[in-house]
Amino acid sequence: MSLFEKFEPIAAARRALAESGVESINVVMEQVLSPTEALIEGRRTILAGTNNYLGLTFHPDCVQAARRALKSEGTGTTGSRAANGNYSGHVALERELADFFGVRSVIVFSTGYVANLGMIATLTGPGDVLLIDADSHASIYDGCRLSGAEIIRFRHNDPADLDKRLRRLGERAARTVVIVEGIYSMFGDRAPLEEIAAVKRRHGAYLLVDEAHSLGVLGERGRGRAEEAGVEADVDFIIGTFSKSLGAIGGYCASNHPELDLVRYANRAYVFTASPSPSVIASTRSALALLRAHPELRRRLWEQARRLYARLSAMGFRLGPEPSPIIAVRLVDREQALAMWRGLLARGVYVNLVLPPASPDGGSLLRCSVSAGHTPEQIDQIAQAFAEANATGAPD
Amino acid sequence: MPDYNELLQQVVELIRPLAPPERPVAADTDLVADLEFDSLKVMSLVEQVEEHFDISVPLNILPDIRTVKEFTVQLQRLIEGSAP
Repeated sequence: MSLFEKFEPIAAARRALAESGVESINVVMEQVLSPTEALIEGRRTILAGTNNYLGLTFHPDCVQAARRALKSEGTGTTGSRAANGNYSGHVALERELADFFGVRSVIVFSTGYVANLGMIATLTGPGDVLLIDADSHASIYDGCRLSGAEIIRFRHNDPADLDKRLRRLGERAARTVVIVEGIYSMFGDRAPLEEIAAVKRRHGAYLLVDEAHSLGVLGERGRGRAEEAGVEADVDFIIGTFSKSLGAIGGYCASNHPELDLVRYANRAYVFTASPSPSVIASTRSALALLRAHPELRRRLWEQARRLYARLSAMGFRLGPEPSPIIAVRLVDREQALAMWRGLLARGVYVNLVLPPASPDGGSLLRCSVSAGHTPEQIDQIAQAFAEANATGAPD
Repeated sequence: MPDYNELLQQVVELIRPLAPPERPVAADTDLVADLEFDSLKVMSLVEQVEEHFDISVPLNILPDIRTVKEFTVQLQRLIEGSAP
């Protein structure tokens, strides 16, 4: 048996996609024109599948900060902070994030995926328990596998099921980390964090919230779902990313536990990875300052998100359970999803194609993500393209 | 607490509705090779078993399970471990 035989199902899936004329995974943006537009196949295309929630990727402050850091500190750090030393920007960003979240300390990671992987795998080990929402992101599942702890799923967004499973654990609940996400990336639904925090308190477990899709999106100050739900004091670890609302790349963990600094030194995903480039840190710091200073970005994001949700809902599409910057359009089957995706791209609208088994319930989705940078006219164009693609599929 | 044979019978009954119609389900049936279970089906089975026996099934045990018998043996351990 060849080493590569196990990839045959992937090869078959790719062949099937290619035969249907859809190369969704290989879309090339030949030129990125703005946070919400790019040239794809030579066509000016509205980007509605980017997670660029606040539309900051081209903000002059962020671009200028990155350019300045590039010039003064160079292109890369060339190594890990533990071995090669700390750049002052990395330390400053950790301080600014700690101030933003009102916590004792923050660790900055090189990506959001690595933040989840490193924190989960380091915090827990054999004898501990990880109790995770069934719809958790792959980085959470991968961190769990790496940890050696016992991994148990609870039903998606179901505090009663979580409560039942913590009860079954008895005294082991005190060595259990419950993991949820602020906003779930497939259907855009929020965690019922008020109830989840109450359950966690009752059983004396720990709570880790991944705010990857909710930083800058939820909460009066944009701190995420925990702020919106008023339960920040119950959250032991907040994890997030710089790659969505902050328009760069990187991740973080924020916590009030004084032991976080010990976790930092035990964290292989932190110690043995090169730290982010100085320009990335610089633009992230600028984006964080903009997030704090401009709550109107959040308001604009939600206006556009509600507008698109209402338009698509009025057309009769089956959507995720609530308006959100992530709007999942549920389709009948794979064939309809492929035809619609192709039809949208041909009409100058790029969204994410999600086929089984990638979606939590095995369905086929077109996932839109809305940005504060979208104009109402762009939102209407996206909705119009959905209507046309639904009626006729791809134009000739 | 059910003995192994009782437990096996209950597990088979839980698997049957998820399996292709007319496909036999017995102790040595392979969940993937014989019943074409994908990850979604496996998780659906786990949820039904959890509900039925009032236990939590750790994901860690799943990679080592191929047959209905192996699944049943693991469940027996979990049920015995959760008994008051």
